[in-house]
Amino acid sequence: MPEITGYAFPNDIHVHWSLMIVMYPYITGFVAGAFIVSALFHVFGREEFRPVARLAMATSLCFMAVATLPLNLHLGHPERSWLVMVTPNLSSAMAGFGMLYSTYLLILVLEVWFVWRQQIIESARRSRGWKRTFYAMLALGTYDTSPEAIAIDHRAATILAAIGLPGACMLHGYVGFIFGAIKANPWWSSPLMPVIFLLSAAVSGIALLTILYQVVAKLNRRVIEGRTVAALARWLWFFLILTVTLELLEIIMLAYEKSESWHIISQLLTTRLEFSFITIQMVVGSLIPFILLGVVVLMDRYLHDRVRNTLCIASSILLLLQVFSMRWNIVIGGQLLSKSFRGLRSPYSPEIFGREGILVAIALLIMPFVLLWLFNRVLPIFGDDKPHAAGGHEPPPVTAPVAGVHAG
Amino acid sequence: MDHAPRPLASTRSPSPPPEAPAAGAATPADPGRRDFLGAAFTIAGGAVVLLAGLDAAASGETHVPPPGGDAYNWEEHRWAYVIDTSKCIGCGSCVRGCKAENDVPDGFVRTWVERYIVGPGGSYVDSPKGGLDGFPPVPTAFTPTKSFFVPKMCNHCKETPCVQVCPVGASYRTKDGVVLVDGKSCIGCGYCVQACPYGSRFLNPATHTAEKCTWCYHRITKGLKPACVEVCPTGTRAFGDMMREDDPVRQTIDHERVSILQAHLLTEPQCFYLHLDMEVR
Repeated sequence: MPEITGYAFPNDIHVHWSLMIVMYPYITGFVAGAFIVSALFHVFGREEFRPVARLAMATSLCFMAVATLPLNLHLGHPERSWLVMVTPNLSSAMAGFGMLYSTYLLILVLEVWFVWRQQIIESARRSRGWKRTFYAMLALGTYDTSPEAIAIDHRAATILAAIGLPGACMLHGYVGFIFGAIKANPWWSSPLMPVIFLLSAAVSGIALLTILYQVVAKLNRRVIEGRTVAALARWLWFFLILTVTLELLEIIMLAYEKSESWHIISQLLTTRLEFSFITIQMVVGSLIPFILLGVVVLMDRYLHDRVRNTLCIASSILLLLQVFSMRWNIVIGGQLLSKSFRGLRSPYSPEIFGREGILVAIALLIMPFVLLWLFNRVLPIFGDDKPHAAGGHEPPPVTAPVAGVHAG
Repeated sequence: MDHAPRPLASTRSPSPPPEAPAAGAATPADPGRRDFLGAAFTIAGGAVVLLAGLDAAASGETHVPPPGGDAYNWEEHRWAYVIDTSKCIGCGSCVRGCKAENDVPDGFVRTWVERYIVGPGGSYVDSPKGGLDGFPPVPTAFTPTKSFFVPKMCNHCKETPCVQVCPVGASYRTKDGVVLVDGKSCIGCGYCVQACPYGSRFLNPATHTAEKCTWCYHRITKGLKPACVEVCPTGTRAFGDMMREDDPVRQTIDHERVSILQAHLLTEPQCFYLHLDMEVR
């Protein structure tokens, strides 16, 4: 058994929570983060987010659809996973998952339905044959598109977004709680953990949408709204600063307190996690985007659109990497440290093939985008660009030359 | 896989096996291993075991109530464990006995022994294979002034974090104070492994479920002692019933200065230590 430094408890050899458990918070982070972006428009009325609001909601739903997969791939007995829903042990933080997940999924699906309802009905009216049946089923039997009905749709969507926002925050804060509430592990046990998870979820969600929005707009030959990208950059910068501050505060507290565990945690950070924590998470993933986004936020008026957009894409890519490495450093890092506090386990490198391997992880990351593409085929995300008489939030005003060409 | 409690070898069980509530969850082990254990006693450590047996008998061998032919009633017992670290010689018999009795998979341990070598210039701790094959000499960079062994195992905590975090209730604490895993409902999430501060749990690579020391629940419900206590040649390990006033283990816990591991975590371990050094965590 290779490279155990110091003394690790004999059972503290294997890393039980593998790459899949790194993927799980990464994916739910996108769910929460994307929802926060859509809520900035739907709940807080930030007009500059109108062009990404629907994309954000669809993204949230598509990531939500795969969120349970990494968990089931990791379980020793996935065929028993339903027991978590049926016979939950209420004292377990993990048992809350079923409840939170289903509640949030319900809210999200309902909200998507209300936002896209008018379009569903129009598609049902437009099409023939099985397609018509399909859209008629999606319409759930109501074909009311009167201004009053549309107004109700908008109100319902706003209310659902308002409920969904704490829902999304709880879903992801809860993931942080799973780790933060383990008193046996000093690298996890911290009340800051849910907050850090939540803030980094916002970072990953906004970063993803910054990229996705520009890519999708390019693919659809639409104009990339400068103010939308700039607004995304501002919020991204804000959440990045909050996340990194809290992450560093936690470590500085441990060090300054000279806590019992600092001896081993400092060893962990400077040996096993040197690359993934110091190099990737802190320097490449935080410091560089902080500077790049700082340029965008503070000097926006001097920047050409193309420069700003490129800077935003570059920092978003780095931030996606940062959030992934943060998940990695928490989940894997926490297990590399033996509870003996006297040693570190052997380094963990995930398998390539196999149920919990790298290929599966890549597939898991691709899947939501395939779903998003499918979603767009069925319910066009940018399809409805006509200005609306009812005066609600939806649909977006005409902002681009091409509209509704990809309705299938 | 059969999880039902098994009858012991006939020579050991004068009465029909009593019904042990919830024991099923504990540990599968087939009778062949019990035979093996018996053979191991006779061949490997006959004399030592005999002496230890006499010693144990003198120090209250009879404290475990005989099965009495009636069904085992878990409300009539509350088990506890005492480890006198000053007596441990690091022979590893307990680790081997446990492995044989409970079919512990290679690379994992339900009980293990740690070696501490301590001096003013530093300390060194190890537990090669959990102490399964004993302890080879090690050179240290400092001059040791004391050295000792510390057997460890599941502490069967009263306020146990592992039971708290199990999402499906597969981990539970019996009324007689033993923390067990129901292998039939364990989903193998590993949360309990993460939550245990003592490193007592692991995921069995064959069954993909959580596994841990059961204090040999299949034995203690028949009036026997856990295998590790049975084979310990020096009386380091003692197992007893807190519901019996004359029980030597209870006497020790009531009257001696005992310590527990990681007391600050407030898990209320039911494994008590005598002569524990501050180096031990």
